[in-house]
Order: sequence, then C-alpha cells, then structure tokens
Amino acid sequence: MPPEKLPLDAWHRDQGARMVPFAGYEMPIQYTGEHGGIVAEHEWTRTNAGLFDVSHMGQLLLSGEGLDEAVEAVLPIDLSTLKLGRQRYSLLLDEEGGVLDDLMVSRWPGHLYLVVNGATKFDDIGHLREHLPDEITLNHLDDHALLALQGPKAVDALARHATGEYSLSDLTFMRFGKFSIAGHNATIARAGYTGEDGFEISIPADAAEEIATLLLSEPEVQPIGLGARDSLRLEAGLPLYGHDLSPDISPIEAGLIFGINKRRRTEGGFLGADRILREIAGGTAKTRVGLTLEGRMPAREGAEVYSGDTKVGTVTSGGFSPTLGVPIAMAYVDQAHAADGAELSCEVRKKRLPATVSPMPFVPHRYFRGS
Amino acid sequence: MPRYFTDEHEWIDVEGESATVGITDYAQEQLGDIVFVELPDVGAMLDKGGDAAVVESVKAASDVYAPITGEVTEGNSALEDEPALVNSSPEEEGWFFRMTIGDRDELEGLMDDKAYKAFVDNL
Repeated sequence: MPPEKLPLDAWHRDQGARMVPFAGYEMPIQYTGEHGGIVAEHEWTRTNAGLFDVSHMGQLLLSGEGLDEAVEAVLPIDLSTLKLGRQRYSLLLDEEGGVLDDLMVSRWPGHLYLVVNGATKFDDIGHLREHLPDEITLNHLDDHALLALQGPKAVDALARHATGEYSLSDLTFMRFGKFSIAGHNATIARAGYTGEDGFEISIPADAAEEIATLLLSEPEVQPIGLGARDSLRLEAGLPLYGHDLSPDISPIEAGLIFGINKRRRTEGGFLGADRILREIAGGTAKTRVGLTLEGRMPAREGAEVYSGDTKVGTVTSGGFSPTLGVPIAMAYVDQAHAADGAELSCEVRKKRLPATVSPMPFVPHRYFRGS
Repeated sequence: MPRYFTDEHEWIDVEGESATVGITDYAQEQLGDIVFVELPDVGAMLDKGGDAAVVESVKAASDVYAPITGEVTEGNSALEDEPALVNSSPEEEGWFFRMTIGDRDELEGLMDDKAYKAFVDNL
C-alpha cells in the first residue's frame, strides 16, 4: 500500500519539508531553508519552540459502563488514582508480558482518551477491541490532528492563542485541559517526547492547517521533522516503540516499572501480569541502559555490546547527540554490566568503540511541574 | 583538471596518476548534517563500486563507493576534526581521499559535469 497523506501534507511541503514514508504515512523527516536540517531543528527545539506534526499517532476515545474496570483488566494502570484532567503513561502488553505499545491515558469527563503510536494503532485497536467487553465503545478520532509544540518558549508562543476557562500556565506536566485556538476546540496536554517543557494539541483535522500556520507565525516557532524528534527523544532517554520496546521485551527489562502502577504490582489482574509480577520480585537478566561512546562514530540499532571479548548486549537505538557532541545509544545489556560507569564497547563495522554506561536522561528533562 | 561523477554521487578529480574523491553537493544535501566520516586506510586497495568510506549523519550511516579501482594514498585528515566540511564545502575542502588510478579505462564510464547535472535534475 502506498503511504497515506496526513491533514498537513501540503502544508509541510510548503514549508520545504523533505517527506519520507513513516508508519504508513508520508511525513516530514526534516525541513530545508535557513532553520532546516536535523541539528538546527534539534537545537531550535532545545532553545526556542519546535512545532511537530504527530497526526500519524492514534487518538482513541473509550467510554461505557464499567469503563475503569474493563480497562484495568487490559492495562497495568491504576485508574482509581487518575483524576479528571490528568494524563498518565501506560503500556499495552500481550499475554506473555511483552510490550505491544506504549501510550498515554487521560481522564476526560466520562471518557478515557488514549494516544498510541502511529505504526501500531490499528493493531492496538484490534487488541483493545478483542479484550474489552462489548459495553465499551472505542472511537478512533481519525478526524483529529495532533500537533506538539516543544521547547522552553513553547508556553509563550501558545499562550498568545490558547484561551480557556483557566490560563495555559496553570497546566503543569501531565495535565491537560480544553482550550480554544482561533475559535476551534483544542485539547491541550502539557507533555511531549523531547524532554523539554511543551504541549500536545489535539484539534479537528480541518482546522490543522489554520492552527499550524498561526503557531508558525510566532517568532519562537519553527517546524521540526522526525529526524530531530528522534535525536531529541534519544537525548531525553525516552524509548521508541519498535526499537527500544517490542513484544520481545518486558517493561521491567525496559526500566518502565512506573508504567505498572503501584497497586497493580501486587494485585496483578492485567494481561501479562504473571511475567511482570515474577520479574518485579525476581529481577530480569537484562536491562535497558544508556551508553556514551568515545570518539564521533555512532553505534546504531543492532550493534553488539561487549565487555572485554564477551558479548553482553545489543544497541536498540543510537545516534549522535547534537547537545552533547558525542554519540549516545540505548542498549539492553546483562545486569552484571549495567551499572552506571561500566566500561563496555560497541562493535561497529568490526571496530570496537569504547562505551560507558551512563544515566538517562542524557540531557536533563525540563518539564514544568509548577512554579 | 577533469572532474568525473558517478551515479552514486561521488566526484573524482584526475590529476596525472592520482585521483581525488569526494561526494557531491547533491549527496551531502540528501545526507544532512554529517557527524563522522570513516575513511579508508592509506594503502587499502579499492575495487570500483566497492565500499570505500562511510558517512555518518545524525540519522544514519551511508556507504561511499570507490568510483574506480586503485590504492588509497591519502585521507583528508581535516575531516577528523571537522566532518561538517562535507556539508559546507563538499566539492573542495570536504574531499575524502586520494587514490591511484588502477585502470584508466574505468574513467570512460563516468559522467562529466554536464551529464551529472542532467542526471540529478531527473531524480
């Protein structure tokens, strides 16, 4: 099947985007022009505000009798502590405890709103439909676009356009609210995938072009492509589904125990709970770590990780960190070699590149948790 | 001095018995920000069309192929400290390596400036 077009397809091309197939869509990998290029876009987002089109992601709305109970039978989330207007990270697991997707769950009045990855969204819908009772309605909001505005100046740029019952600055990290932008309904969450302060903005698809143009007219804002989205999230230590997370990996191995909410770690009762509870009690053989490499040559996904001459792991994503000026990577390594400071090496084209296990995030998060 | 081009977007300058190899402006534009260039060792024997160097951009690693057969005589050491020269000056300061010309007949199959421009315009 040829890639489909997203609502902002023509708009991206007007901004000088280089489009590539991704998750079944044509998407901007980077832009051309004065502020374009992965490194320039990366640095712009870390210092100003970057506008990302993430409309490929799946926006799902769940409702119905017994909603919380039904969702808790699938996800390892504790919905009794998820208040109205709050958003939380969760995981879609298979029966064996492998990761099918990672997602955000938000409490709307009478609904739960989910944002799932683009490449997995139709499988996710199938999985949820299979495991949720018929009383639960699942709406795929495919008539909605999703924008992310990320960076230290995102709040200034967005505040000029978003109006609502309360001020945008009252939103703290992982909270959301209903706002209006240029007369269109916008659900705005203070969240993102860059490690910076920022927002994710759900809007009707037919208003996407008007709103994107409005935001881009602000001096702090430039459009940012998928290339910089990847380097930003890597610096922020955030795993990418399909690379650092997969059905072969459990969330405990991935270091995502916070995605298994506290009550569920003892109670279980969600898909994959047997393995997850066993691993919480007994640990795992391997774990996800950050690596900082010497020199300038990056180690990419698939590179083998060694301690001396013994293979102890595999890189799942890696690249060059524009902020730090060195190559960084995420890898799964044996627990015995996973401590911060452990001296390992990555094999790239038959060369062994010295690598040190490093705490993540590589670049500190700057989320807004309140003043 | 004549400059030739390959359909893999390498350029090659021929001066007497020596050739200088780099990648074209079109190639660097496609690759984006270059963070590392892995050059062949001096003395390495290269086969036409075989792997010669690797260019690492922020996003991905890409192979650079030998435009002709020959022996590597020099690598551009300036790229060690400043790989971005490949972006800023791909067809001059950002050259990759120099090599001997093993078989002059191989030059016949390469494009000249005009043919390469037409080739790129059709991509």
